[in-house]
Amino acid sequence: MQSKATAAPRPPSALPKVQLQNYVVYIFFAVVLLFFSVTIGDKGFLSVMNLFNIARTTAMITVIAVAMTFVISAGELDLSVGSTAALAALTCGLVMQAGFGWPVAVLAALVAGLAVGCLNGFFVTLIGIPSFLVTLGMMQFIRGLDMRVTYTNPVSISNQSFNSLFGSGNLFGVPSLLIWSLVIAVLGHVVLKYTGFGREILATGGNRMAAEYSGVKTRRVKFAAFLLSGAAAALAGMLYSGMMQTARFNFGEGAELMAIAAVILGGTSLFGGRGTILGTFAGSLLIGTINNGLIIMGLDVSEQMMVSGGIIILAVAFGKKPTA
Amino acid sequence: MTRPTILEMTDIRKSFGNIAVLKRVAFSLRKGEVHALMGGNGAGKSTLMKILTGVYSRDGGSVLIDGQPVEVHDTAAAERAGVAMIFQEFSLVPTLTVAQNIFLKREPRFAGTPFINGAEMKRQARLILEELGVDIDPDAPVSGLSVGYMQIVEIAKALSKKARILVMDEPTSSLSEAETEALFELVNRLKASGISIVYISHRMAEILKLCDRVTVMRDGETVMTADCADLSVAQIVEAMLGAGNATSFEWKDRQVPATAKPVVQVRNLRLDKRIDDVSFDIKAGEIVGLAGLMGSGRTEIAETIFGRRRAVSGEVLFDGVPVANQADAIARGIALVPEDRRKFGLVLDHSVRDNIILPNLERFTRHLFVQDAVALQTVRDTIRDLAIKTDGPDKLSRLLSGGNQQKIVIGKWLARDPRLLILDEPTIGVDIGAKSEIVETVRAMADRGMAVLVISSELEELMAISDRILVLHGGRIAQDMNRRDVATEEELHHAIQGHSRPQAALGAA
Repeated sequence: MQSKATAAPRPPSALPKVQLQNYVVYIFFAVVLLFFSVTIGDKGFLSVMNLFNIARTTAMITVIAVAMTFVISAGELDLSVGSTAALAALTCGLVMQAGFGWPVAVLAALVAGLAVGCLNGFFVTLIGIPSFLVTLGMMQFIRGLDMRVTYTNPVSISNQSFNSLFGSGNLFGVPSLLIWSLVIAVLGHVVLKYTGFGREILATGGNRMAAEYSGVKTRRVKFAAFLLSGAAAALAGMLYSGMMQTARFNFGEGAELMAIAAVILGGTSLFGGRGTILGTFAGSLLIGTINNGLIIMGLDVSEQMMVSGGIIILAVAFGKKPTA
Repeated sequence: MTRPTILEMTDIRKSFGNIAVLKRVAFSLRKGEVHALMGGNGAGKSTLMKILTGVYSRDGGSVLIDGQPVEVHDTAAAERAGVAMIFQEFSLVPTLTVAQNIFLKREPRFAGTPFINGAEMKRQARLILEELGVDIDPDAPVSGLSVGYMQIVEIAKALSKKARILVMDEPTSSLSEAETEALFELVNRLKASGISIVYISHRMAEILKLCDRVTVMRDGETVMTADCADLSVAQIVEAMLGAGNATSFEWKDRQVPATAKPVVQVRNLRLDKRIDDVSFDIKAGEIVGLAGLMGSGRTEIAETIFGRRRAVSGEVLFDGVPVANQADAIARGIALVPEDRRKFGLVLDHSVRDNIILPNLERFTRHLFVQDAVALQTVRDTIRDLAIKTDGPDKLSRLLSGGNQQKIVIGKWLARDPRLLILDEPTIGVDIGAKSEIVETVRAMADRGMAVLVISSELEELMAISDRILVLHGGRIAQDMNRRDVATEEELHHAIQGHSRPQAALGAA
């Protein structure tokens, strides 16, 4: 065999620098962390309180982004997660207000999220409408529904078990929000990387027809991704409401875009087929850390938005593969 | 008669990193000549042509056009020098019209204004198309054209830029037979008008028919340049592989025991298009070739056996039991290597390993988790058994050559140990070395009792591999021939064209 081995021409892009680009999110994260430590380390940025704070404020984005990694890796997109989070929060709040216990409320919220995921999955996989359009419409529809159910009035949640479990509480001094996001990230990582379902997600997004011809039921796989996304959005909605001890129609506004940014920052391909949950987790923390640091630096909201938007573009630009 | 030389490339050198891809390559092209450039994958053909067309810049050597040294640093410079590449994967904008594509970025304007003169553009486009002797409406959107016509539009585009040297890379790989004939006619017309053509192809018969000279490259060097008239296929193959390496691409008479049971039985199959009434059996250990024109419904039959299509009437029995759907087909041991491996066969951005694992996922999954260590052993075995040339299991399949990609697709199914393997055009775009390796592999699997159905447009391949050849014509099996009784490719060719009885082939060497 070896006598025939030839020096295959390699395109220059196959050289080692690709390696570094896979880690761009971690490098950016380290740089940002270092930058803030030096500049505002003495203003409390490095305090445990503040670090927990970062984890707390990014938990919802993380939870949504983990499921979004599955959706994007399967070659689809879900824009409806933000409004779904609010829908789940309101469902949860209203069920508890009606006198049911928190487990029933949590179940109802999950059912609401799964129902939205089911609708998305139906329109995308069975009717064949591009997910961008389906979930764009769904985002609008569900947000309208959120506003309609309570006529935009907030629903306060007085159940302290719920609040402490889903948002305001601590376990051994660690905020429950941080625990939730860690659990979901680890779960997502294991499922995407080590299970047959994870492989099927990546194959479906990488080349749907080739996956089909290899025996993968790609519709079922995509449908499952939307269900996951709906359920994760519901959990995120409960985390919002647990943290705020209330449910509002405007929870999760813009969360879908933040989550997508976190996923793409983490190195997942926007076109499907390649995705990592670790990257997503780092991407989400990166966004949270930037926002947090900028606040401590004293930038106002308008400036924060400009800076964090710029950093997102930069990070994605650095992570771009040179191949066409 | 020797025509003047238009292009002279000498001493061309090129390295990527520390790998020398071209080592002092010489290549010359005469005016009005069709010159075949051949060589296995990785021989350096495309690198050489990319240097000529300005995609890569050379490390050393010289390029003379009409005796003048030219520097082709980029594609625009190559264009000015009169060199154009007709791409394998077409570079047309599907939503624009034929005329808009031909003149893209060079649209004729109303004098002194920035506004495009659409009527003039159409007139010029029509002129060029007429010159090419083809009837294409300049107003037709490109997306509606067949692949053959798209290629002609590409050529028209090149000619409108006053190209004198055309580089065609595997131009017939996705053309039907009729389109191929039309292309050959066009090539001859171009040649007569003084255009010089570099013709890259793996198809021997085509090259001997069409080309004036052949240059063969191997391992980054030119090993032979000769007139086609003096050459045989065997000589070209030997030059490509190196003396002694030429594994025989020839038929072996295999014995299938008469008592072998049919694995698959197709009974009066009728599909909604093309197939009216098709019946045949394949026995265990038997290799059956399915011949027929492009579009005769061969692929549709394959997909029906694989459970991807429903029959209008008739049935496919596997071990005597109908195939319910694709999942059922796969579970019971049917494997399909589809025609377009890049589209249907591989997840190109995934590694060799992941591609091989994919159809075997359920076998390697225990309690939801994929047993990567177990799978890796299978992957390594597959890479070894099929001699897939890769740096390792984790190399992206996109980076492998066509032949090695095809080996992955075949390998991923062989890892399931199927009982029926269907190969649809298994060696399109595969170099001769990998081609004979694939034939050997298939034969070895058949010897171990696997039933094989091979669909191919290359008669040479069908003649080399089949024990029995079915000829599909007019929606039916027109002939069921024992390979032993088919003496020449001509006989098979006649049968495919629809002659009821193979004519005695005269003058076949």
